[in-house]
Amino acid sequence: MTRIKMTRIRMSVNGVEHTHEVEARTLLVHFLRETLGLTGAHVGCETSICGACTVLIGGRAVKSCTRLAVQADGAEITTIEGLASDDELHPLQQSFWDDHGLQCGFCTPGTILAAHDLLTRNADPDDAEIRHALEGNLCRCTGYQNIVKAVRSAAASMREAGGTT
Amino acid sequence: MFPGEFEYHRATSTDEAVRLLADNDGAKLLAGGHSLLPMMKLRLAVPTVLVDIGSIEELAFVRQDNGDLVIGSMTTHADIAASETVAAGHGALAEAAASIGDVQVRNLGTIGGSLAHADPAADYAAAALALDAQIEVLGPDGERSIAAADFFAGLLTTSLAPAELITGVRFPGAGGATSVYEKFAQPASGFAIVGVAAEIKADGGSCAAARIAATGISDRPVRLSQVEAALVGAALDDDGIAAAAEHADAGLTDVRSDMYAAQDYRRHLLGVLVRRAVTRAGS
Repeated sequence: MTRIKMTRIRMSVNGVEHTHEVEARTLLVHFLRETLGLTGAHVGCETSICGACTVLIGGRAVKSCTRLAVQADGAEITTIEGLASDDELHPLQQSFWDDHGLQCGFCTPGTILAAHDLLTRNADPDDAEIRHALEGNLCRCTGYQNIVKAVRSAAASMREAGGTT
Repeated sequence: MFPGEFEYHRATSTDEAVRLLADNDGAKLLAGGHSLLPMMKLRLAVPTVLVDIGSIEELAFVRQDNGDLVIGSMTTHADIAASETVAAGHGALAEAAASIGDVQVRNLGTIGGSLAHADPAADYAAAALALDAQIEVLGPDGERSIAAADFFAGLLTTSLAPAELITGVRFPGAGGATSVYEKFAQPASGFAIVGVAAEIKADGGSCAAARIAATGISDRPVRLSQVEAALVGAALDDDGIAAAAEHADAGLTDVRSDMYAAQDYRRHLLGVLVRRAVTRAGS
């Protein structure tokens, strides 16, 4: 049996540097979940439709099931585990809680990170812009009304806080 | 779902990428990966070698060159959709880019990857044909340029040679014309059931020049020459546009039919979208 060739990759995940050897075909979502133990990025449809695997690469939302870990070599990645600081939830996490933006929670990490990408580009989006930005994230239980409401109120509290998050 | 096993190479220059493609039978280029990786997971593509061009930064750009608009092959849909330079003269291209997939897909998918993949419902294909794009490629024998009309060769097939890579896409200056893209999207995938790109040059209230192309209709994008001929010299009012749009599916023989849309429905949509696109571009 031939030995599988491994590729060394280095990336920053939630501000922590990681260096690992991976098989070239390892998907980023599996690397995050299984190698780094960050299980907040979920494996949903696996066909880049549902958005449950969404993470931020350089601040932009991407679907980590459609990215090889080797393609993310040198990248700065943020997962849902990287949003809260100490004991304080990120405003998006807090508003999803307050506004009932989740039920089963499966889509929630991806939805919050896609909303994060939106709010870094547009601090005061209207409902249509929020819905457009979340087009790539499917929720199968709560529905979208409270998700949109949560993003709207998170945007308001982030503006009040001076956009520092 | 995992892709099958493959050997991975990261090219640091276009010359190195071409050499790796030429030296390895069964090698495929990896751009944004948003067409190739899903196909590899389904084993519809089983490349033995992947040549990743994602770190060749000089392939990601939008610039003007002697009045032309040139876009690097690794420029993402998001960057094209957000570019004021693109929107200024090439609205159909900006609108096509903005209509692809969703935010996450647009953040990684690239124009070069999409063109090379040649999906029969790809949005860029209609814009490239309507805007008379030239696909600039580099291969073992050097550079060449392929007109969009000669580039799309059939279902998922282009006239690219195996060891050639797209470096950029060149669009002639708009010359006072306005272009738009209209699309009826499949609600789950976001792919075009039918998409129409129209470039119209208006002179007073009438049409001085028209280029119109559609995607989703056939195994490759199609030019709607009969609509163009009917438009030139005609009034750009409701009646004039409706009369020209009557010709939308004239001469089209192999209109697709699938579980999303029967052939008759696609023909109907084509007429509706041609009317909308010409109305908007001509106003």
